[in-house]
Amino acid sequence: MSAALLAIDMPAHADTVPGVHAEMRGVTRVYAGLGGQSGVHALASTDLTLRRGEFYSVIGPSGCGKSTLLDVLAGLSRPTGGTISFEGRPVDGQVPDGVGVVFQEDASFSWLTVADNITFGLRRAGAEPAEVARRLDYALRLMGLADFAKSYPAQLSGGMRQRVCIARTLVLQPRLILLDEPFGALDAQTRLIMGDELLKVWRETGATVMLITHALDEAAMLSDRIGIMSARPGRIIKEVTTGWPSARDSRVATDPGFGRITADLWSVLREESLKAIGQGNLR
Amino acid sequence: MRRLLDIVLLMLAGLAIWHALHLAAPFALTSPVETVTKAWSMLNSAAFWPHALETGKAFLIALLLAILGGLAIGLGLGLNRTGAQVAEPILVSIYSLPKVTLYPVILLVFGLGLPAKIAFGTIHGIIPIALFAMNAVRNLANVHFKTARVLRLSRSQTLLTVVMPGALPEIVSGLRIGFSLTLLGVLIGEMFASQRGLGFLIMNAIGLHDVPAIMATILLLAIVAVSASALLLWLDHRLHHRAA
Repeated sequence: MSAALLAIDMPAHADTVPGVHAEMRGVTRVYAGLGGQSGVHALASTDLTLRRGEFYSVIGPSGCGKSTLLDVLAGLSRPTGGTISFEGRPVDGQVPDGVGVVFQEDASFSWLTVADNITFGLRRAGAEPAEVARRLDYALRLMGLADFAKSYPAQLSGGMRQRVCIARTLVLQPRLILLDEPFGALDAQTRLIMGDELLKVWRETGATVMLITHALDEAAMLSDRIGIMSARPGRIIKEVTTGWPSARDSRVATDPGFGRITADLWSVLREESLKAIGQGNLR
Repeated sequence: MRRLLDIVLLMLAGLAIWHALHLAAPFALTSPVETVTKAWSMLNSAAFWPHALETGKAFLIALLLAILGGLAIGLGLGLNRTGAQVAEPILVSIYSLPKVTLYPVILLVFGLGLPAKIAFGTIHGIIPIALFAMNAVRNLANVHFKTARVLRLSRSQTLLTVVMPGALPEIVSGLRIGFSLTLLGVLIGEMFASQRGLGFLIMNAIGLHDVPAIMATILLLAIVAVSASALLLWLDHRLHHRAA
């Protein structure tokens, strides 16, 4: 079996601008207030360009609208204003074909075995049984779940459950993978290992990855580019390019450049985090 | 093995208490041995079975209606936040209403006979089933609904492959309570203004002061109800254990 079985084929639709995989232009999102309260302005006018095949991370102070950014980009929530496109087509309140999302919360289905969880989306989409088995086998091995195919999520650790959710997304061969703080609930060592696995998945599939995280080191270690968001209402105020080679893993943390990148990120993020704390988290 | 021993000891203790009560009030309670003998002779008499079948038929139809109606109401409201907020206090008040007070109304609407018993059983069982199903869906993690959208499931796929299995453990808990209450409703229905069924047999035996017949009927009903309840409880534990 080829190592890159899940590598994506030719894109379904050509990008309008070569190399631009997904794009947000002037996207805002306001959550309506209840009973006379003023609404929450979650996203200010936000611009974001994801290049095809890159690993992009978004960091920002807590409550800055990172998850909202992901939700509107994924088509899970409609923007209040602005335009979003994926592979040259507008995204508006529907998850486009070719987009996979991994959430922070445990999204594994407790009533299905690991194998059934992973193939859930494939089977709903009506894939051939032989193809389902082939992709399952590959995903189980890639995510180190081969011995747990018949287990139920309740029997697994948090990290293993998150692997199941990533595998469930992978078998659908998404061209854009969005991850919303997927390792937020895991311990520090598991996070590092999961980060390496994510890099492996990214290289093998050739998909574009956007990772939402609050961890500076995670962003600095994994990404090609990092977008820093402002305090709420959030927008991307600075982008940092890491310049890592694509064949990298968590050991880049020992590279002298790593310290410079995290320092760069922190100098911007610190100010925004202070604003966020002063601004109403105590409300 | 230890568990089995506990159960046997518990049953022996129960029988001992029963027998002690019989010795204290022989005019109200027959002894365990006498009751079992009477129950056995009832099971072998031709006159008993039409009544048992009448109750069984009324109960099964009432339970089926309670389950179908309860699930439809519960799942529908669970998926609609506003609907659930409006309906919950209404359902809870109906649930706490002593439904026996409604029996005259049921009799006027359905007349004497099977339909009234079925309706009375159904109104007992439908509310808990609906309440449990509604809360099961509302408590389903929001991330499951998001996942369904990311996997591009249709509404019916979401309902059948995510909502139903996700809510199943709680739904089974509701069915367990719905089962007992439906049986209660049917039997109460048979005890008043009825000429057939096990509830009627009990009332008839009270009129004749036939204590062995009352006790034997209660014993047979208890065996059926406890077995079904134990089966549902086992299923309930199994499902909850897996979801833990």
